[in-house]
Amino acid sequence: MKTKLTYTDKKDTRSGFGDGLLEAAKKNPQIVGLCADLTGSLKMNAFQKEFPDRFFQVGIAEANMMGIAAGLATAGKIPFTGTFANFSTSRVYDQLRQSIAYSEKNVKVCASHAGLTLGEDGATHQVLEDIGMTKMLPNFTVINPCDYHQTKAATMAIADHHGPVYLRFGRPGWPMFMQDQPFEIGKAITLIEGSDVSIFATGHMVWRAIEAEAILEDQGISAEVINIHTIKPLDEQAILQSVRKTGCAVSAEEHQMAGGLGESIAQTIVKNHLVPQEFVAVNDQFGESGKPEDLLDKYGLGVSDIVEKAKKAIRRKG
Amino acid sequence: MSSNPDLKSLNNICSQVRRDIVRMVHAVNSGHPGGSLGCTEYFVALFNHIMKYDSSFNIEGKGEDVFFLSNGHISPVFYSTLARAGFFDVKELSTFRKLDSRLQGHPATEEGLPGVRIASGSLGQGLSAAIGVALSKKLDGDDRNVFILMGDGEQQEGQVWEAAMFAAHNKVDNLIATIDYNGQQIDGPLEEVNSLGNLKAKYDAFGWDVLECDGNNLSELIETIEAARSKTGSGKPIMILMTTEMGKGVDFMEGTHKWHGVAPNDEQLADALSQLEETIGDY
Repeated sequence: MKTKLTYTDKKDTRSGFGDGLLEAAKKNPQIVGLCADLTGSLKMNAFQKEFPDRFFQVGIAEANMMGIAAGLATAGKIPFTGTFANFSTSRVYDQLRQSIAYSEKNVKVCASHAGLTLGEDGATHQVLEDIGMTKMLPNFTVINPCDYHQTKAATMAIADHHGPVYLRFGRPGWPMFMQDQPFEIGKAITLIEGSDVSIFATGHMVWRAIEAEAILEDQGISAEVINIHTIKPLDEQAILQSVRKTGCAVSAEEHQMAGGLGESIAQTIVKNHLVPQEFVAVNDQFGESGKPEDLLDKYGLGVSDIVEKAKKAIRRKG
Repeated sequence: MSSNPDLKSLNNICSQVRRDIVRMVHAVNSGHPGGSLGCTEYFVALFNHIMKYDSSFNIEGKGEDVFFLSNGHISPVFYSTLARAGFFDVKELSTFRKLDSRLQGHPATEEGLPGVRIASGSLGQGLSAAIGVALSKKLDGDDRNVFILMGDGEQQEGQVWEAAMFAAHNKVDNLIATIDYNGQQIDGPLEEVNSLGNLKAKYDAFGWDVLECDGNNLSELIETIEAARSKTGSGKPIMILMTTEMGKGVDFMEGTHKWHGVAPNDEQLADALSQLEETIGDY
């Protein structure tokens, strides 16, 4: 009988960012914050109140915000930019590329409301390509934590990491199941050990993977659930160690299949140890308005989708 | 540094920098000589008279005046000026745009070239970065200034106006921006491609303190930049609209967009060099 992961409360991951930023800023006076007219949504109010001189309200001008952040970093500050994930990436891709990535600036691009779980605002705001865009940029580290605790810990960890980081989190309340533990960039966390299939999940999909594992166990299937909070650099060692044991893989993410975590895992598997892999991801579509959980279910990111893909991966082992 | 510029010595550097520019672009048959030649006086004045800096170069630039080049395509004048000011050996100018060089086609930090603080080339991004350093100087109680050069065609980029609005609203008054107002862009005169209208009125309306000068007249240029410096700390960002002639110093390149991004051939190089005195030694 495996140890079950449970939760008693739900909390939004963006609050983890806000709380982590405040705590990190209390320790390190070089940390500054920038926001593009979404201070409340990003939960940056406490930071703004505590450190008004170190907070820059840029207004609705995300390109300028990224450039100012690059300048602040040039002068030795550690800027944390805050806006929605869509406006943190696709809106400002050339600024990320030239002024931050290529220029090797120590900017932390902190992005809320990522993915379908943004909900009712609809597809204009539901960016599903941001992991792909940021992981393609040399020098960038890409992190997508799974719950409040992990987002808070990740926010504090990236302050101590020198280099550009894309930190992705979300809007809705979500199960808090991770322990309040230090965050190690690039180090995958095995949440549940198993022997038949490896489920690699990131962000909000980690909890769904845990739910899927319980269903699989009831059906006599032993699934391993691994929390891949860092997409780049990818913990290839943990991935290979798991698939060498289970012989097949499922990736689960709130992102387009193209360019996402699953694609990075596939590269690792193809290059090192070929096993069947199935993808739980959005398949070349835009989202729509709706409730977060309903949207995940409609676009192929349901718990039942993970269960079915796990069984399919096992069948393909032949 | 301050008043009493040694105009003769500065003009000698200008002539040498112009020789460097045409030789650099000729050697690799690529690069942007027109805007580089037009901005020579500005770069030479800034790095040899106006700014206080340490040429041993620390990217953070604490306690120093710092410079940003937003229109990165005029890298030849930037590199030549840096080399002539002691940031690196002038011999390295011969590596411009070649494999394994620190002198990339457009300025970059990745190879660690002293004097370059951020990559530029994709236009419209420099002013924002300069504002970031200016804000940092204010936070740190550092009273030195931030200088930033942009192109006039670059004013067609939206991010410039995002930054312009921010700088005025936030009273970024330790910032001295300059626009190389030569009226030419790659496809032709700005008036034909996409007119800027009344650029002075635009920056006035955005809340900037706007000065104007002839950027190819060394003494007028220095007076204007010093006047701009005296206006720092008074609550407004400062803009110098610097009229220049594209291709200045080489008669067949002057006043036309045709030499924006084209290198001279052997014959044209010889003609150009015959018009530019070798004053402090070719690289």
